[in-house]
Amino acid sequence: MTNPWIIIIFPLITGIISLFLDSERWRKIILVVVAFTHLFCTIKICNGDSSLIESTWIGVDHLTRLFLMIVSLLFTGSSLYSMVYLDNHPHLNGPALTGLKFLGNSNAVFVACMQFFLAAMSLAVLSINFGLQWIGIEATTLASTPLIYFHRSRRSLEAAWKYLILCSVGIALALMGVFFLAMAMTSHVQLFTSAGMVLFAGYLKVEWLKVAFIFFLVGYGTKMGLAPMHNWLPDAHSEAPSPVSAMLSGALLNCAFLGILRIYQVCAAIPAMTAFASDLLILLGLLSLAVSGIFILHQPDYKRMLAYSSVEHMGILATGVGLGGAAIAGAMLHAIAHSLIKASLFLLSGNILAAYSSKRIEDVKGLLKVLPASGILWLAGFLAITGAPPFATFISEFAILRVALQTKSWATAIMFLLFLLLVFIGMLTIFSQMTLGKHSEAGEHNEVKESLLQLVTPVVFLSFALILGCYLPDFVRNTIDGAALLLGGRVL
Amino acid sequence: MNTIAALLTLSALLLLGSSRLRMTIKMVAFQGFMLGLLPLTGKVEHISMAVILSVCSIALKGILLPWMLAKAMDKSGARREIEPFISFGATMLTGIALLAVSGWIVAKLQNTQQLASPVCLTTGFFLVFCGLLLLITRRKAITQTIGFLVLENGVFATGLSLGSEFSVFVELGILLDVFVGIFLMGIMLFHIDKEFDHIDADRFNELSDLDLAHFDSEDISE
Repeated sequence: MTNPWIIIIFPLITGIISLFLDSERWRKIILVVVAFTHLFCTIKICNGDSSLIESTWIGVDHLTRLFLMIVSLLFTGSSLYSMVYLDNHPHLNGPALTGLKFLGNSNAVFVACMQFFLAAMSLAVLSINFGLQWIGIEATTLASTPLIYFHRSRRSLEAAWKYLILCSVGIALALMGVFFLAMAMTSHVQLFTSAGMVLFAGYLKVEWLKVAFIFFLVGYGTKMGLAPMHNWLPDAHSEAPSPVSAMLSGALLNCAFLGILRIYQVCAAIPAMTAFASDLLILLGLLSLAVSGIFILHQPDYKRMLAYSSVEHMGILATGVGLGGAAIAGAMLHAIAHSLIKASLFLLSGNILAAYSSKRIEDVKGLLKVLPASGILWLAGFLAITGAPPFATFISEFAILRVALQTKSWATAIMFLLFLLLVFIGMLTIFSQMTLGKHSEAGEHNEVKESLLQLVTPVVFLSFALILGCYLPDFVRNTIDGAALLLGGRVL
Repeated sequence: MNTIAALLTLSALLLLGSSRLRMTIKMVAFQGFMLGLLPLTGKVEHISMAVILSVCSIALKGILLPWMLAKAMDKSGARREIEPFISFGATMLTGIALLAVSGWIVAKLQNTQQLASPVCLTTGFFLVFCGLLLLITRRKAITQTIGFLVLENGVFATGLSLGSEFSVFVELGILLDVFVGIFLMGIMLFHIDKEFDHIDADRFNELSDLDLAHFDSEDISE
């Protein structure tokens, strides 16, 4: 059995090493090796048993498996893409640290921070202790801020500053929540973990748990991009380098979501708390859907459009979990599908940006002719992200909607459908504007060849999303069902 | 413990009312010292652990971070906070109102549960509110950083006064995270100063959905 600490410590060490490395080539090799080692170890850990669940600090249960797999897959995909990306954006190629002098403007910082980011996300996902999880989630903010500021422009600086301040404040509030949660414990509860608290749920003080849940929801909700606290998200996601946007949107938001799920897991064990927590989740979820629907219409920037789409999908996840029952399993499937699809779309948007040197939608015309492969994938990604039938998002959104109708929460169901429709219309106009039309209308574009490394990740991820929509393999189904049962839901 | 809490409250009020940046940085350093002493005053089970925590906390929050902020301030040449969105007097009055609110919350909490140190908890809440108030009303990026630090101090004080027992490793981890966070903000302060010729965060308006006319991608560097 592989020790889970490996996948936290290992990227940390290699990250520090790559700060000092002189050779660009070796740094890239390290990045890819770390990615595949992480993936390999993750698969081994996910195949192992859940014996660690009794431990104090880190452990593996179905929720961990699900989110760890997402993080690892996405990191592997993004690191492959980063190979090409770093070639196209040569910054300083020397080591980041020579002696004591720090050269910030360097590819070494990018590579190193990617690995720190991976380590932090692994910690956030693996830790079952609430305190340790807080440390992990805060560390993800810190590791990803330099990545957002990679381009050293005013816009990226502004985005990185907003991201750092807003997320830090949000997470500081989540720390208040952690303290309040500790107050909810009585002497019967031995471990400060979700599993330990569920075991003695009857002995928890409900009032403190309520306060703690609100703080968790606001704090981690900021990081997750739920609606009133989402302001940093479109900026950060649109200004970050494309492989980083893919990681932020697909993996990081899920890590914060897991933070909320962990306390929801405790709430779900107490009947008096479940309704309270669910209502709050549905409220914020629908609000996120509404905000993203409004801002996607007439969005002039396609990377911001993708970012708002992330807000929308986080809203779907929150609504799904809030509805309970089989909708929780639907939300879990949706988390997987959204991560894969959104990562592909962000990576493809990097290809488009490289060809057109513009993030404005009106500058991008005739994508199918200029970048045939990316264009087709871009369209496929559109179908996938809006939940068109063969893809997994259709099944998950349908599962959530079905539960909403079964439980007779008509208002939720109607608003859910309405906002999804709004997003669909907004995205349809944008995607059709971009892919159709003659490219000569738009004028100049760079002659770029689409290299294999730029396309392999989107192809693989989108086909995963397609396959999951048609057929759920047993291990995926078991993980999703297991995670849903942990959260007091039912199987898909 | 109550003396420290009272001193923390006073320093926070001074922070709200002062326009000189150097003064605010000194106040934050003072808060860092006081917070470092706080773990020693309560019921201590493992004295060595408490001492480690206290020393680390004083070194980071009382010395290193204020020193770094002072350096950032000198580099940027900013001496005073420009007129905030709410005037200094009004901010201070709001602060006093917030203190009353914190006291009210703690009084409510006391009905449900015996608290170890209600005064200290009041201070904790008050510092959190002050931090948020500073973050919202001040314009300079450096005061926002200070606001965040005050907020963190408040969370820290709340945790200590609730007497929630974390292991020392978690406490140190939290401290480290906060330190690196502020450190990053400090580095970015330099960059903001260099790029924008000012450190006024309220003039950050290149990225906005509400101001579409402004949307010209001048330096898309990808």
